[in-house]
Amino acid sequence: MVLTPERLRRLALWWLVFLLPLLPLAWLVERALAMDLGADPAQAIVQFTGIWTLRLLFVTLAVTPLRLMFRWAWLQRYRRMFGLYTLFYAVVHLLAFATFILGWRPDLLLRELSERPYIIVGTLALLLLIPLGVTSTRGMQRRLGPKWAKLHRLVYLIALLAMLHFIWQIRSSFQEQLIYGLILAWLLGFRLWKRRRRSRGARRQTA
Amino acid sequence: MLIKKPDPIKASEITPEPIYRNRRLFMQGLAGSAALALSGGAAAIPAYDLDADAPRYPGPDWLQSKLRAGARNEALSTAEKPAPYVNVITHNNFYEFGTGKQDPSRKAQNFKTDPWSVEIAGEVDKPGTYALEDLLQPHGIEERIYRLRCVEAWSMVIPWMGFPLGDLLKRFGPTSRAKYVAFTTLLDPEQMPGQGGFFSTLDWPYVEGLRMDEAMHPLTLLAVGLYGNALPPQNGAPFRLVVPWKYGFKSIKSIVRIELTESMPVTTWNQTAPNEYGFYANVNPEVDHPRWSQATERRLPSSLFSPNIIDTKPFNGYGDQVASLYSGMDLRKWF
Ligand code: HEM
Repeated sequence: MVLTPERLRRLALWWLVFLLPLLPLAWLVERALAMDLGADPAQAIVQFTGIWTLRLLFVTLAVTPLRLMFRWAWLQRYRRMFGLYTLFYAVVHLLAFATFILGWRPDLLLRELSERPYIIVGTLALLLLIPLGVTSTRGMQRRLGPKWAKLHRLVYLIALLAMLHFIWQIRSSFQEQLIYGLILAWLLGFRLWKRRRRSRGARRQTA
Repeated sequence: MLIKKPDPIKASEITPEPIYRNRRLFMQGLAGSAALALSGGAAAIPAYDLDADAPRYPGPDWLQSKLRAGARNEALSTAEKPAPYVNVITHNNFYEFGTGKQDPSRKAQNFKTDPWSVEIAGEVDKPGTYALEDLLQPHGIEERIYRLRCVEAWSMVIPWMGFPLGDLLKRFGPTSRAKYVAFTTLLDPEQMPGQGGFFSTLDWPYVEGLRMDEAMHPLTLLAVGLYGNALPPQNGAPFRLVVPWKYGFKSIKSIVRIELTESMPVTTWNQTAPNEYGFYANVNPEVDHPRWSQATERRLPSSLFSPNIIDTKPFNGYGDQVASLYSGMDLRKWF
């Protein structure tokens, strides 16, 4: 295979996009090894991985609007990577919670998963992410055909559940939740707006 | 004031040997506070192994001598191991300085805690506003090592320096109508960035309260220090409440007003979310908060290898001393 400049550029971009989302985790591991996460490293890790799960979910959802607004066709290729990283961070988040906060005590796991509304919606969001991850390959995409797009619309529900999970944790300040909520409103609103424009255009054509 | 790390030059190189040895003994005894070491004297508080590079808070001069005269009240102290000093001063819920656990230790360092005055108001014979120094003048300070149980299901063991709230209240002559005590934290958005927020769900200033018999209970402490030094600003300097059988949010920090009242005071968290935070807020493993089970707690500092989960005890383990205050009350209803 010849490495043309174009192919080289693509390769470099792929590695960049592959490595960037690992940076937060690398930073976290470095802090943890340096024992620099304070008196409650468990909570620090759960909060950090939680917020990065949400951020990566938003990055995934931002691919389509950014691609359309700035005509960044190349971005589309990386959507799956961002989606899989969202799943990856969510799994780390859950494992950190189960390991560092609950110590895998079955009674505590059962209690948290059945009694805390915010944990239940978080778990639901994670569970729904799994089929999306499993069907993210090109082969699956081909095999499922039109059903694939329908299935992957679950990501909107996942985003709403994740946001609810976050909102239910408000204690004395809702600043962060408001900012993330506005971003999500834009990400979803953009799609609604596009759809309405599309359907209005279609109606005009049939009339 | 922050005292920096000890000088890299060995003290033995610049100080005559006997003085050096004396000082070293003293530093071992009194947390190595350089300011205290300069003033010399005997250590009344048992030795603490404080983290060498953590900041020290010697406090104003008038307080230093009081702190140094204090001894540990063994009878009212737990034998459990206190959390390391550095954890106690960097893991704080003090929303006036931000909602992150480390926000207060970052943002409160310039908080002005001296001079400080406190208003005593309401149903007392002698209301008035007093300089903290004068207010504390008749009271001897002692050390009490208490468990602190946060409503967020973590806990720490902390060596406080202080004196019983009851002793202070008695001096001002509570009237027969005094049924409750309300405490207020300083309101100063310039210094306390968390109070200025448009996004805050809390009404400032922070208010907490106790029933009169709770306030007069010998375990209820007004703290002015921890780990043998003055209170760091992030821990509620210069003057805070410590009620060890209640969730931590009852132990109000940086108090500027104490009012005795006839009716139950409206307290901050209770007003914000009455179904989550009761007025009493006694530690109770049988009544969960919607976000946190109260049946267990994580004793901090925890390491990643062991979450350090322990069973939470009724009244945070102080039931023998305080359960009688609530006899006949339905503690599920009055949570
Ligand atoms: C897609 C799935 C999920 C997303 C996007 C997500 C996101 C978040 C976010 C943004 C936070 C707040 C972090 C902060 O305060 O800065 C958080 C906290 C938390 N999450 Fe999740 N989460 C997810 C799934 C889960 C699951 C499955 C569990 C457990 C079963 C869980 C348990 C928690 C806990 C316990 C906290 C609170 C930590 C604390 O403040 O004490 N989350 N999560």
